[in-house]
Amino acid sequence: MEVVGQLQKQYVDFITSLFREAYLDDQYVQLQKLQDDSNPEFVVEVVSIFFEDSEKLLNDLASSLLVSISLFWVFILCLRPSLLLMVVLFFLLFLFQLYSQQQVVDFKKVDGYVHQFKGSSSSVGAQRVKNACVTLRNFCEEKNLDGCSRYLNLVKQEFYLVKNKLETLLRMEQQILQAGGTVPLLEQVPLLWKQ
Amino acid sequence: MVMDQEMGRYPSSSSSSSSSGAPNLHVLAVDDSHVDRKVIEKLLKISCCKVTAVESGKRALQYLGLDGDKSPVEFDGLKVNLIMTDYSMPGMTGYELLKEIKGSSRLREIPVVIMSSENILGRIDRCMEEGAEEFLVKPVQLSDVRRLTDFILQGDEDRQKVGSSKRKLWDVPRSWFTTSCS
Repeated sequence: MEVVGQLQKQYVDFITSLFREAYLDDQYVQLQKLQDDSNPEFVVEVVSIFFEDSEKLLNDLASSLLVSISLFWVFILCLRPSLLLMVVLFFLLFLFQLYSQQQVVDFKKVDGYVHQFKGSSSSVGAQRVKNACVTLRNFCEEKNLDGCSRYLNLVKQEFYLVKNKLETLLRMEQQILQAGGTVPLLEQVPLLWKQ
Repeated sequence: MVMDQEMGRYPSSSSSSSSSGAPNLHVLAVDDSHVDRKVIEKLLKISCCKVTAVESGKRALQYLGLDGDKSPVEFDGLKVNLIMTDYSMPGMTGYELLKEIKGSSRLREIPVVIMSSENILGRIDRCMEEGAEEFLVKPVQLSDVRRLTDFILQGDEDRQKVGSSKRKLWDVPRSWFTTSCS
């Protein structure tokens, strides 16, 4: 049973650090408490759905911030203009693209995606992802494309970080169970870390 | 920090099977988020409710027979005791769904609860004015669901005794709330 004890201690240390660094918040503990014998894989299932949905949302977000006017380039090539004319047209198009990005991005749509992401990350207790989404939404409201792009990268980063942590956490739980032990449950996240 | 070590994978909450003939509420949960649907379904099952979870207001109306295709009598067997809906949904919002339900003579008595991740006062007021029973801020907790189900069950009992009466959730004395699944 010493192996189990060691695994349990490692688990507690790890999950405690996740709370301390705000990767996870109390909502994750609430999910663990909902799990019972009738559905022993509940947390794994919820977390898996979260991962799947998030990947899709991140893709949707990335493409909604991108303005594709590549069709114009194709059109120009089809015109078969002289080389000089082609260079001039490309240059003009480049300038137009820089200008139009600001007007053409549908910030309402982007905001919708971020709202969804904020919701699902909040529901699994992924606090840092949720907080990054809140800031990203502010940039959307300001229609700040540059801010949105930068913060989307941060949201993405935070998501992959917490995904990694959660996968490790769930793996540690499996190891404890396989060694014949039970997973220790934090009764509550210490007030100090609650935000 | 208190650690709890019990049998099973995690210390388990109360059993999800109901005891001695207590009526099982049928709850219709509406949410476009797959994660939230999964969580609310679990919260309701633990609280001894039968759950039907749908992903949009449109689907909810279809289920309730409000889309004009089915006649009311076909839905007797699927009587819904409570509707819990997310506020922000693409297409039809929870507020619009609430209006549709309260606008139907057949369905307006069904309590509707709105859930939202945003605690916006104007939004809350609008929903309550339109007849929502309660406005829950997400993430929804087990205590919220238990309070709701106890309220609905108590309301049903009262209605049988004294006839129909509309009472709001916050009028009910705290002492009436039980925490067991019975």
